[in-house]
Amino acid sequence: MSSHNRGARPCAGRRALLGGTALALIAPPWWPAIAAETAPERQPAQVGDLLAFPSWEHADRLLAPDDLVTGAEPLLVYPRDPATGVSRERSRLNQILVCRLAPGTLDEATRAHAAGDVVAYSGICTHTACGITGWNAEQAHFVCPCHQSEFDAGRAGQRVAGPAPRALPALPLALSDGHFVIRGSFTSAVGASA
Amino acid sequence: MSTPVTPRALALLALLALLASTPAGAVDDPPYASVTAERLTAPAADDWLMVRRTYDSWGYSPLNQISTANVGSLQPAWTFSTGVVEGHQAPPIVNDGVMFVATPRNQVIAIDARSGEEVWRYRRALPADLFQLHPTNRGVALWGDRVYLATVDAHLVALDARTGEVVWDVEVADYLSGYYMTLAPLAVEGRILVGTSGGEFGIRGFIEAFDADSGESLWRTYTVPGPGEPGFETWSDEAWKRGGVPIWVTGSYDPATRLTYWGTGNAGPWMADQRPGDNLYANSVIALDIDSGAIRAHHQYHWNDAWDWDEVTAPLLIDFPDGAATVKGLVHAGRNGYLWRLARSADDIRFVDARPYVYQNVFSDVDAESGRPSYDPTRIPRTGHRTEFCPSLWGGKDWPPEAYSPQTGYLYIPANENLCSAFTGEKAKYRPGELYLGLSIDKLEVFPRADGGDHIGELQAWDMRTGEKVWTRTFASHNWGPVLATGGGLVFAGGTNDRQFRAFDARTGDELWQQKTNSGVIGVPVSYAVDGRQYIAVVSGWGVDAQRKQDYLNKARGTDLQVPQGGVVWVFALPQAAGGE
Repeated sequence: MSSHNRGARPCAGRRALLGGTALALIAPPWWPAIAAETAPERQPAQVGDLLAFPSWEHADRLLAPDDLVTGAEPLLVYPRDPATGVSRERSRLNQILVCRLAPGTLDEATRAHAAGDVVAYSGICTHTACGITGWNAEQAHFVCPCHQSEFDAGRAGQRVAGPAPRALPALPLALSDGHFVIRGSFTSAVGASA
Repeated sequence: MSTPVTPRALALLALLALLASTPAGAVDDPPYASVTAERLTAPAADDWLMVRRTYDSWGYSPLNQISTANVGSLQPAWTFSTGVVEGHQAPPIVNDGVMFVATPRNQVIAIDARSGEEVWRYRRALPADLFQLHPTNRGVALWGDRVYLATVDAHLVALDARTGEVVWDVEVADYLSGYYMTLAPLAVEGRILVGTSGGEFGIRGFIEAFDADSGESLWRTYTVPGPGEPGFETWSDEAWKRGGVPIWVTGSYDPATRLTYWGTGNAGPWMADQRPGDNLYANSVIALDIDSGAIRAHHQYHWNDAWDWDEVTAPLLIDFPDGAATVKGLVHAGRNGYLWRLARSADDIRFVDARPYVYQNVFSDVDAESGRPSYDPTRIPRTGHRTEFCPSLWGGKDWPPEAYSPQTGYLYIPANENLCSAFTGEKAKYRPGELYLGLSIDKLEVFPRADGGDHIGELQAWDMRTGEKVWTRTFASHNWGPVLATGGGLVFAGGTNDRQFRAFDARTGDELWQQKTNSGVIGVPVSYAVDGRQYIAVVSGWGVDAQRKQDYLNKARGTDLQVPQGGVVWVFALPQAAGGE
């Protein structure tokens, strides 16, 4: 069997192995790839990663508290390895939506994962793994464009409408030195797994 | 550190080297009828070697053991569960008694076409982060001793036809940028041609040819011209970079001119006012030189599409009268609701005629010379407005292929009548690999036409000698059924949400037989023969856009009709006594 990868496009899955993965993986056992065999830009989010805008938006910089306006549309970010500066944006499962909710609208479960009023969730719908791009500002619901599943940002990502079988996974955050840091694993499996 | 090499180890190495040099399949593998250019150009009646059986895309089998006289006795010979849900759209490809079925999630299953016993199965490990907008596959191609599969993560895979082992696996494009493939590859003289889907994700579509032996790229032709290429002037600003124009369905091929004809998808984003210009080669048929990939001719069915009317199916190569002369034609039942007849030559595609085959309220005129349509401006969706139009975004006919019978001279169209849509446009925002429509899907509407008839689905027959419609069968359900025509004077199709698979009299449209299957039939039916016995085969497995359209109809009608999913290969034959030899 031979395998070809043509052109300048990186095919991360076949790149050289990442040596010395000392960081604690936050991927649960269902995560399909073995991190040690996965290029850093495809690895799942890890504890200690910073949140950064994608390379095609906002000049590729780190997310700052001032970027988040209360009640505004969520921002798309990816985890970035603070040691190497590599953004893990070569996996759709690393799409993270971050928003600042109105004070007092976060329930207890949501506050447990939030950095103040700032919450972070997987950007991949739990129904068919569609990328979530819609936002119901009035109710602070994430809306999936594919089948209109809705998830409540202030109630731990609970599903409130549509065919999605379960909540949107939340990502525990902390604010450190003016940047957002991942401080724990997603609260449940990312993507369309049951 | 060194390790001493013992004589025993040397002997073992020699044995391993001998085994490694033994040609695969030389000892124990069953015989396999190698597929050649000659066999693809003039297939034996017993075989179904490519997606529409022949390069002219007729979807016609000359087998006539099963006929109008005895089809009422048709019964299942065997069935086979694929083990997966979603849209099963592939034809069972049959070579000398071996069947190859491609399924969603990119399985390929080789089956003994007579007994229904599994020979081998290829299962693809798809990326965990892959989002499948169209979880389906439309079939494999055969060449030599290999089976070729285009995958939903945008790879082209060559499998050993005897064992299912992977011979090579080439990345055609980056799935994370929105590229994927659902079509069956086209095999022509040692080349394997594919095209890319992803028009809803901001890709730049292309058709690419690969060497069947090595997997090396031979040429790539973009369906959206770049700077300096003819047609680039039909795009504005940077729109061409994410212009879409995907390829969904396998092209036709004319060995006489060495041109291959492909239908192209619409441009992206869907809102046409965000990409002014004609947007070549969107919504077109393009003729590519099989050796170089150069575009030798094209005809754009409609310009600056705003309705998601991909003209995905390749035209059928049919000769028909044009005045006193007989022209070598290209015939296409468009998603835009018009039946197009064009004349083909080595360096030109000439418009002959076009007429609506379903209700269409967008075209105000079609120029008699050029075939270029004019539009009713109130029917053109645009950014910031809600616009209604007919037919719906899934058109008069989507991807399910028509069939042509040389016996009747009729073209058979699986049509959808009396359906309309509304789009409310918004500014498209690009995110690699995610939807790039200029339209929120929750603002997408599909609904029956207020003053329409009592049905949606139709099977139409058009006489290619006169250009006139000769019969229509109607169905309350929408129709997603690819069509098979046979030498037994029959037409086979499913496509409706009642799970039926039906046989019709090709001349009259009379329904002669039906079988309720496990799911809805959106697969391509085929016919083949083994040891003198004719079979009809189709995969039943509802999903993809048939399911989506059902969801929208449920919403419009306040119903909750759910078609059960799960793929099953159905193979039918006459009882042995009735079939005879």
